[in-house]
Amino acid sequence: MAQIKESVTKNETTKQLTLIQAINDGMRLLLEEDDRTIILGEDIGKNGGVFRATEGLQETFGDDRVVDTPLSEAGIIGTSIGLAVNGFRPIAEIQFLGFIYPAYEQIMTHVSRIRMRSMSRFTVPMVIRAPYGAGIRAPEIHSDSTETLFTHMPGIKVVCPSNPYDAKGLLIAAMEDPDPVLVLEPMKNYRSKREEVPVGKYTVEIGKGKIVREGTDVTLIAWGAMISIAEKAAELAAQKGISCEIIDLRTLYPIDRDIIVNSVKKTTRAVIIHEAQNTGGLGNDIVSIINDTAFLYLRAPIERITGFDVPVPFFALEEHYLPTPARVVEGIEKVVHF
Amino acid sequence: MEDNYPIKRIIDDQGYLVDTGFEKQIDEQLVQDLYYHMLRIRTFDRKAINLQRQGRLGTYAPFEGQEAAQVGSALALKTGDWVFPTYRDHGATITFGKSMARTFLYWNGRVEGCVAPQDRNIFPPAVPIATQLPHAAGAAWAEQRRGTQNAAIAYFGDGATSEGDFHEGLNFASVFKVPVVFFNQNNRYAISVPIEKQMNSETIAQKSVAYGIPGVRIDGNDCFAVYFETKKAFDNARAGNGPTLIEAVTWRKGAHTTADDPSKYRPEKQGEDIVDPLARLELFMKNYGYWNAEWIQATKDKTSSEVDAAVEEMEKYPPPNLEDVFNHVYAEMPAQLVEQKESYLAHLGRR
Repeated sequence: MAQIKESVTKNETTKQLTLIQAINDGMRLLLEEDDRTIILGEDIGKNGGVFRATEGLQETFGDDRVVDTPLSEAGIIGTSIGLAVNGFRPIAEIQFLGFIYPAYEQIMTHVSRIRMRSMSRFTVPMVIRAPYGAGIRAPEIHSDSTETLFTHMPGIKVVCPSNPYDAKGLLIAAMEDPDPVLVLEPMKNYRSKREEVPVGKYTVEIGKGKIVREGTDVTLIAWGAMISIAEKAAELAAQKGISCEIIDLRTLYPIDRDIIVNSVKKTTRAVIIHEAQNTGGLGNDIVSIINDTAFLYLRAPIERITGFDVPVPFFALEEHYLPTPARVVEGIEKVVHF
Repeated sequence: MEDNYPIKRIIDDQGYLVDTGFEKQIDEQLVQDLYYHMLRIRTFDRKAINLQRQGRLGTYAPFEGQEAAQVGSALALKTGDWVFPTYRDHGATITFGKSMARTFLYWNGRVEGCVAPQDRNIFPPAVPIATQLPHAAGAAWAEQRRGTQNAAIAYFGDGATSEGDFHEGLNFASVFKVPVVFFNQNNRYAISVPIEKQMNSETIAQKSVAYGIPGVRIDGNDCFAVYFETKKAFDNARAGNGPTLIEAVTWRKGAHTTADDPSKYRPEKQGEDIVDPLARLELFMKNYGYWNAEWIQATKDKTSSEVDAAVEEMEKYPPPNLEDVFNHVYAEMPAQLVEQKESYLAHLGRR
């Protein structure tokens, strides 16, 4: 933390942060500005969270605002529901997305539905944070990428930042949102790079993607940890004379259709990259969006470079499961030379 | 364990006080409140079954036999308290102030039936089993954090004790010592599965030991035992002493729902020896000079006309608004949903 303070003095408006530090910074701000903010999770107190997302927060704000809960995901989400309907603004940390399943019932039958079931009398504005994804040699089940379990679920929004700036901005936007928001944080990107992040409060609008690389021949659509794969693939493709545009989707529900449509209409080709399993993956929804809106602009069938329809493998073989720049380049060449 | 958790009673099956310690706390107002509400919800319950049989109501979950448990506990609540019921606890929620017409609407497939009056914190009934226990812990936690005197009650049945959320709710509530009362109605059947097959414990109350909280086993058909023990648990909660687990031993007289036939799984004469909770209160009233034939008749007339008025209100309620299907999913409808809605409305317009 001392290092962060140092860079603040150098530049008052931004500081150099990793993605996980940006999350920490965002939560600190949310705790500071609103007494109703309460963070619940396992090992988030003295330990500061297994990834240190809450480092130092309990020390500053007390153990009744940064609460070490029993080891109980359904309990964390279930009590967060009670807190949220009764005026608090919980941030519930699920240690790994692969451990969210005991809480799935609470999210599916209550978090996402209480507004509808009570005709908006009761609402649960809350944020659920969960690290997700493979590629960090984590033990099995720690590496799941099951975002579509939640994008399929009406009543909750799902966001997935790929970089420090978006992470803080989306987290704050999620807290300001009147509806529950699941924030999926790519573990692989937690410490992969530092970038300038504004010191103060700002939001990244939920439901808006971002063009992170402009191009003319093919649109690559990705999010989270797959953005850096797309960027590497775009570099390789550029060496072959192919110009790639990259969309960082940022919000997985509600999806920014306009950004996809406009880009695909321009490039006339699309490659979707995600690390989740192929069948039922979000790529299929994106294919549908393009089909509905830009079908006659396409010069080639849409390619999907995804994980396979298998459980995420043990880490000795996870690199084969995850989309690689080389696989993406093959996809790019296929659509360009169709 | 049954010896450690004897069933507490204040009146016996013949309506005589067995625990005279409460004699002074029982007055005419309390007796009449209990009688009025128990009769009222019984009238509601029987009417609902009739309406279902006539095709005027959807599948319905009756609670006959559990009136003392539901009314006794609901009368122990204060206005600012939070209620987390199941789908069989509308006797309790009606007693606490939910409209009967809305409750009929609920069983007629109308979402409006989930909506409680603004000044009553009544959650929509939990349909999944035991999920409401952590909610109650959370809502109570919020009250504790604000330093109010409000508390929460979670209603649940015997089957719910087998679910993980039962444990998670009690565990959180006891760890954070929040003001919540876990009110179990052990009506001895979870649809068709009897309590002996539900658990290997002799009582539900003993499970409180695992959480380091008080557990009490009461005769759930004794409205006084229910009222005073629930009140005590609430007093304890409001005083900052954390949760209590109450096991109210009662009896589901009828079917699980109107779609269920208990003769398939219940021995023919089972439950016949159980004295009906309302009949028991009547005996008490006769034994102790609270019986006033004129008041009883007036109360019967009053509850019948209230229920009839609720049926009328339900049947005259404005038709369901299709837009409500879309309107309450998000605070602001996502573009995708707007499009789906408009496309469907256009389709209807073309027909």
